[in-house]
Amino acid sequence: MANQKEIRARISSTISTQQITKAMKLVSATKLRKASEAIVRMRPYAEKLQGIMGNLKDSTEDYRLAGYFEAREAKKVLLLVITSDRGLCGAFNANVVKRVKALLDGEYRDALNAGNVTLMCIGKKGGEALKRFGYEINLDLVSLTQNASAQTAFGAMQGVIDQYLSGEYDRVEVVYNKFKNAATQILVNDQLLPIAASASEASQTNNDYLFEPDKVAILEDLIPRSLNTLFYRALLDSLASEHGARMVAMDKATENAGELLRALRLAYNQARQAAITREISEIVGGVAALEA
Amino acid sequence: MFVELLTPDNTLFSGEAEVITLPGVNGSFQLMENHAPLIANLKSGSIEIKDKNETQTFEIKSGLVEVLKNKVVVLV
Repeated sequence: MANQKEIRARISSTISTQQITKAMKLVSATKLRKASEAIVRMRPYAEKLQGIMGNLKDSTEDYRLAGYFEAREAKKVLLLVITSDRGLCGAFNANVVKRVKALLDGEYRDALNAGNVTLMCIGKKGGEALKRFGYEINLDLVSLTQNASAQTAFGAMQGVIDQYLSGEYDRVEVVYNKFKNAATQILVNDQLLPIAASASEASQTNNDYLFEPDKVAILEDLIPRSLNTLFYRALLDSLASEHGARMVAMDKATENAGELLRALRLAYNQARQAAITREISEIVGGVAALEA
Repeated sequence: MFVELLTPDNTLFSGEAEVITLPGVNGSFQLMENHAPLIANLKSGSIEIKDKNETQTFEIKSGLVEVLKNKVVVLV
């Protein structure tokens, strides 16, 4: 049996670990609330954008907009990989990396072998992991996770859209954790470009709108705007998911530390009792020897 | 009429207004009560929202406005 001193040291280190995980859980809960508020705040904007888009749907086939919708053979692919900057959030980042690897080994194998897959990593962890697997990483956007404002996100995505339109990429896909609720993240890979023929039945309200200057010109502004919004939404979702995942992971860790502590305390008390018993029997033995 | 000024991060303005002046791509224009439904592009400039007793001004880089049934939504 381990001696008392050893066990006591382990108990105290477990207690401090537990305190840390508990604190991290609380911090994550606060950050989660903030992150999900940001999602709620952008919802009216996104919904309105969708609504206007719905009203202009009949004009999306105009040749001037073909660049956004035309499906080209996916020879040059850009993957936007959104992960977190910090670890300790369960399988959050590992899942994203796994999905990216699956995409690279499956759908985009040819493009990868031809060296035409660009991985743009947002968040340190994904970049680090993919680099370890030997993929080449474009780290331009890695810092976008910190204080992601709409402005920086829009700017970054606009750059991607411009590159797509100039033919640098044939397809742009984003891999991230979608936020469902605090305990659930849904890993998704969404194709941003070309825009898939929208299955979304945005209600077409038949109001006789005046268009200023004209439908296509409005769409030329609206389409990048809604792509930017999609990307920003993905960033916010990933951020909220990260905090949710960390909260759950830390809660589990606190629980595990509690169980470990119970086991250690039991062992400690047993060791203590054994020592006392031994001492008593030694004394009794000593007395008996004197009396004899 | 009811005016809403939305950005992806926030709602900048939400409330009643009498006149709103917007920087349209083809020149600045004003909207008042009972305007016909309209969707328009905006360029960089300032938005002026005038209520009975006060005027608020916002600077924008680009934007989009939708008018429907006395509700004006500006997305910037």
